[in-house]
Amino acid sequence: MAMLSIRQISKRFGAHNALRDASLDLGSGEFFSILGPSGCGKSTLLRILGGFEAPDSGSICLDGKDITRLLPSERPTNMVFQRYALFPHLSVAENVGFSLSLQKKVTASDRRRRIDEALALVAMDGLGERSVQSLSGGQQQRVALARAIICRPRVLLLDEPLSALDLQLRLRMQVELRALQRRLGMTFVFVTHDQGEALSMSDRMAVINGGHIEQVGTPSALYDRPATDFVASFLGTMNRVPVQFHAPCEHSANHVWVELTGGQRLRARWSEGTTMPPSGALVSMLVRPEKMGIREDCHGSTPRMTEAGDELTLSCRVADMAFHGATTQITGQLHDVDISVTATHLNRDGLPVGLGQGSRVRLVVKTEHILIAPDNARN
Amino acid sequence: MGRSSRIFLVPLVTWLGLFLVGPLLMVAVYSFLERGPYGDVIWQPTLANYTRALDPLYLRIYSKSLVLATSTTAVCAVLGLPLAYTIATAPKRWQPGLLGLLMVPFLTNFVVRVYAIRLILAAEGPINLGLLSLGLITEPIMMTDSTMAVALGMVTNYLPFMVLPIYVVFEKFDFAMIEAAKDLGAKGWPVFSRVILPLAKPGLLSGLSLVFVPVLGEYMIPDLLGGAKTLMLGGLITEQFLRVRDWPFGSALAMILVTAMMFVMWLQHRYRGIEARRGDGGRIGYSRT
Repeated sequence: MAMLSIRQISKRFGAHNALRDASLDLGSGEFFSILGPSGCGKSTLLRILGGFEAPDSGSICLDGKDITRLLPSERPTNMVFQRYALFPHLSVAENVGFSLSLQKKVTASDRRRRIDEALALVAMDGLGERSVQSLSGGQQQRVALARAIICRPRVLLLDEPLSALDLQLRLRMQVELRALQRRLGMTFVFVTHDQGEALSMSDRMAVINGGHIEQVGTPSALYDRPATDFVASFLGTMNRVPVQFHAPCEHSANHVWVELTGGQRLRARWSEGTTMPPSGALVSMLVRPEKMGIREDCHGSTPRMTEAGDELTLSCRVADMAFHGATTQITGQLHDVDISVTATHLNRDGLPVGLGQGSRVRLVVKTEHILIAPDNARN
Repeated sequence: MGRSSRIFLVPLVTWLGLFLVGPLLMVAVYSFLERGPYGDVIWQPTLANYTRALDPLYLRIYSKSLVLATSTTAVCAVLGLPLAYTIATAPKRWQPGLLGLLMVPFLTNFVVRVYAIRLILAAEGPINLGLLSLGLITEPIMMTDSTMAVALGMVTNYLPFMVLPIYVVFEKFDFAMIEAAKDLGAKGWPVFSRVILPLAKPGLLSGLSLVFVPVLGEYMIPDLLGGAKTLMLGGLITEQFLRVRDWPFGSALAMILVTAMMFVMWLQHRYRGIEARRGDGGRIGYSRT
């Protein structure tokens, strides 16, 4: 059974629908990220979990107990605020021990010991007497973290905690945060708008758009098999090639037939949660740059499919080639549809000999890596 | 500040020197002189004015003034803190309007404003008429010419001086701190006593002295609302200068008042100094004097 279960939470702010029927199940000890663009409702969801906002409808259960109506002070959750919200009139140790100092039964010596322990966990040993204003951004972040975990909450809520840090520090804190979470075995709910952060840190993640949860899963599942156009475009980069919608696939749900130029038919996954257009309408074929193999050109008509229908070959003229060290990226003009695509190739081994600007190459894609989505204004 | 920019201070320093320090020195000197038979001064050094100021008759007036100033300040603090907090937490677009409402009284003349309170409290005023018509009382309550009326007038007039400096602190306040306190288990009173109050302290201290110091010397409000029975220190000094024409004694009383006010300001300054050395309050950006 899920430790934290969020059931059909909705929240409106005036005319703005911040959350629509959001449901999630979180396991114990999970590092769960909520990813989305600003204003998508991810912070609202976190604030509802912390008890700072009441949902209009829906419920939250923690360890089988309904906590929807509990005050923040009564919930076994703690929050790391975006700008830390440290108390400037208190020392580092007083900040960290704030929650303990409210509990009459915790003795002074016990409190001191637990403060030291919490500070050690975030590598801030011996800095307890400092004033929080004398600390750097990264140190303040650690104090906020120590303050939130000292009472060992069942769930730690983190509201874009790394967004105020510079890149170097952010990368280091990502690693440390993940290590801390593993060490404590605590459930972390991490809200971020940074896809890299969510992909690299999470056990599982949810992508939210416009108050709606688009997809939930492991980072690799979301990246490799995005369910919707939004998830596909928000995580990493995507090539978009216009194709014609033909018909839904009669054998498997979520799959459709599309027609490429030259009458070549292709069967691929359809973006979930969107209505299918009439036959003949223009839709987009979405492919990740690194899923496109770059091969030497050979004769034969393109686009074409393999016998089994599991691989698509496109023909392309290289417009630009950029060497990035570990990867090589080519930008090219598709032969048949006059649209520019990028393909990323790991290492240089296997790249066609003499590849350069103006070369003609074949791009090979497995159909399982193709997503068909409605043609929207995103391209 | 550079040497050349100091030149811009010359007008101000001249102004203050001529119209503030000069008269103050004059009062200081007068307080050690004797009163002439026709209200003039005799240039004869004496301490008699100060020994006379220690007469129990006057000590009673001082203590009454102190009690009034202290209670007015306390009431202003109790009312002003939540008011400032409410304004600061109101939607941003309402805040200028709410602050404007706070300033509305200053658009009318001070005497008119105080007199209006007298009319409201009067025997034939709306309060008494209302209570009479409801049958709650059978004869008007005498509310004017009392210490209560004076305190009411003081609070009404000086509340903005308490609210504004506290508002300035709350305006820069990160209200996520209150959520953090609640998140960490604080409910009700601890949120106020452990987070809001300590952080509002710089503004509160400013407000306390901004109210206490002028209220201690206030003479118009006690005169208009307190009647003859309620003589305060400010009124006593005014009386010496304008009616009794005992300038040396009035000067001595004024010097005592000035000393008391400076003592209060010194206390406040010293307290802030201690707080500042503890490295407190800088983040909320309140500038210390």
